[in-house]
Amino acid sequence: MTLHLDKKPLEKDLIAVDLKKLAYRMRRQIIDMAVSAGGGHIAPALSAVEILISLYFRILRINPEDSQWPERDRFILSKGHGCCALYAVLAERGFFHRDVLKTYCQDGHAMGGHPEYNNIPGVEASTGSLGHGLSIAIGISLAAKNDGNTCRSFVLLGDGECNEGSVWEAAMAASQFQLDNLVAIIDYNKLLATGFIKDVMALEPFAMKWKAFGWEVREVNGHDINEVSRTLSEVPFVEKRPSVVIAHTVKGKGVSYMENNPIWHYRVPNKEELLRAYKELNEGLQSLT
Amino acid sequence: MRNAFVKAVYEQAGKDDRVYLLNADIGAFVFDDFKRDFPKRCINLGVAEANMIGVAAGLALSGKVPFVCTIAPFVTMRCMEQIRVDMCLQNLNVNIVGVGAGLAYGVLGPTHHAIEDIAIMRALPNMTVISPGDPWEAYEAAKAAVRHEGPVYIRLAKSGEPSLVEHRHNAFQIGKGVTLREGKDATLIATGCMVKNALCVAQKLSCEGINLRVVNIHTIKPIDHDIILESARDTGTIFTMEEHSIIGGLGSAVAEVLAEESTEKVQFLRIGFKDTFCEVVGSREYLLAKHGLDVTSVSKMVANYIRGSSVQ
Repeated sequence: MTLHLDKKPLEKDLIAVDLKKLAYRMRRQIIDMAVSAGGGHIAPALSAVEILISLYFRILRINPEDSQWPERDRFILSKGHGCCALYAVLAERGFFHRDVLKTYCQDGHAMGGHPEYNNIPGVEASTGSLGHGLSIAIGISLAAKNDGNTCRSFVLLGDGECNEGSVWEAAMAASQFQLDNLVAIIDYNKLLATGFIKDVMALEPFAMKWKAFGWEVREVNGHDINEVSRTLSEVPFVEKRPSVVIAHTVKGKGVSYMENNPIWHYRVPNKEELLRAYKELNEGLQSLT
Repeated sequence: MRNAFVKAVYEQAGKDDRVYLLNADIGAFVFDDFKRDFPKRCINLGVAEANMIGVAAGLALSGKVPFVCTIAPFVTMRCMEQIRVDMCLQNLNVNIVGVGAGLAYGVLGPTHHAIEDIAIMRALPNMTVISPGDPWEAYEAAKAAVRHEGPVYIRLAKSGEPSLVEHRHNAFQIGKGVTLREGKDATLIATGCMVKNALCVAQKLSCEGINLRVVNIHTIKPIDHDIILESARDTGTIFTMEEHSIIGGLGSAVAEVLAEESTEKVQFLRIGFKDTFCEVVGSREYLLAKHGLDVTSVSKMVANYIRGSSVQ
């Protein structure tokens, strides 16, 4: 299917409160997508909402009307299971119409439970199997350096994803090649599908691991759009070094009963739970106005 | 074959600045010319094949045409899932070159042998699988891979392989088999280094009055249906010969064509490794003989099979 392109203008002038409202709207969209599909990774998408808003509304040099613009910054959602958040932010940023979100996981449509390159405007790589995105971004960053293209690559990894050995192969290569046009962001929500990461396969000392692999590290509150944006606007943190932002987040953020509870990694709320989620998100939204 | 491939990629890189050469800490000096003349496009990723495939995919997403080269079992099996998702699912122009087809690294043992790679690569959607029979085909395959849209796996032996024929009459074409010798009693369909052995078998058995056709299948996927069906029709008996397991490789590819499309009754035998690793150490020649894949053993097997069939 060909997705309809919305000719929405760039929204450079959105103020902080608008972006906070957007976060509530995206959380509602994420939940609605999963509920209408009867399945989906809600909680891993909810933890990434503010990171994606910061990227798509503050940081990335992109043109939604020309998703193949060669000079564009690339964003790869390496934790592909968080795709509902990516689809929602792409729709909000004008890569396609919001109605397309209704096709999520529907028979015969392009928008699946993991994002696919070539099928959806704005999706830069097919992901879903963990530990792939950083390597792909290295290839893009190397090509950009060789071509004198000033575009940058941003990759969002899950914390559980960092259990994959290939992430560390890539981490070594990025610093070897001095890729200061490459930025990794970790959605450090502290939970895997089966429990807390510290109990299953601990990452700490996490920042020190990245530092030891030659990356320049910053840590932020991943739900503070201003802090995430300010930090990402400073990349590269050091010349000739790749940058990594460890974003401390809450899995299931915004819906109290989903927060920090591993059972919500891949689960859809029942009717009662859904109404409660709507109520909480509405109350949050009201509190902003 | 490896030097012929390196020469082709070097020449292509001179003509086309999209061509990159990636390796994982192998081929210490064979890439020197490429590295000297195209330093930015020659990238050594260290001993990390999974990352190498992902990096190649990223380069291809940026419009480059990378060749990814290391020892065959490592560049196909260690990073199988990166090949599947990053290269094949996204249908990118990445060319994998596996050096050490079959038992080319004989004495280095089973970790370095590649006798399942064709089966594995052949199963992947969008993947083209090429198994050159001599240096000329390796050279031509690399050239063709630059022009080809989509992922390609090229399986090379190592060095010292003889030329199959002195003068080439046909241009190399992906997906097109080549009849190297005419014959009416049976057909030997071979790939890679086994093509030379097939020619030797045919030569040997011609002295015993058995007249064998020899078909070279340098592209295992997509396979040349016409040349297989024509050989079945003309000779009634087909043998496949490969330095690979009989499971999933050339033999299986030919069997699929015959089982589904042949209208004739065909006698058919796969010659290759019979679902086994090499259990002892040895040179390529020693190990081939031990597994019944040297010219003498294959000649006997083929002659007995043909005589047995004619008695029936």
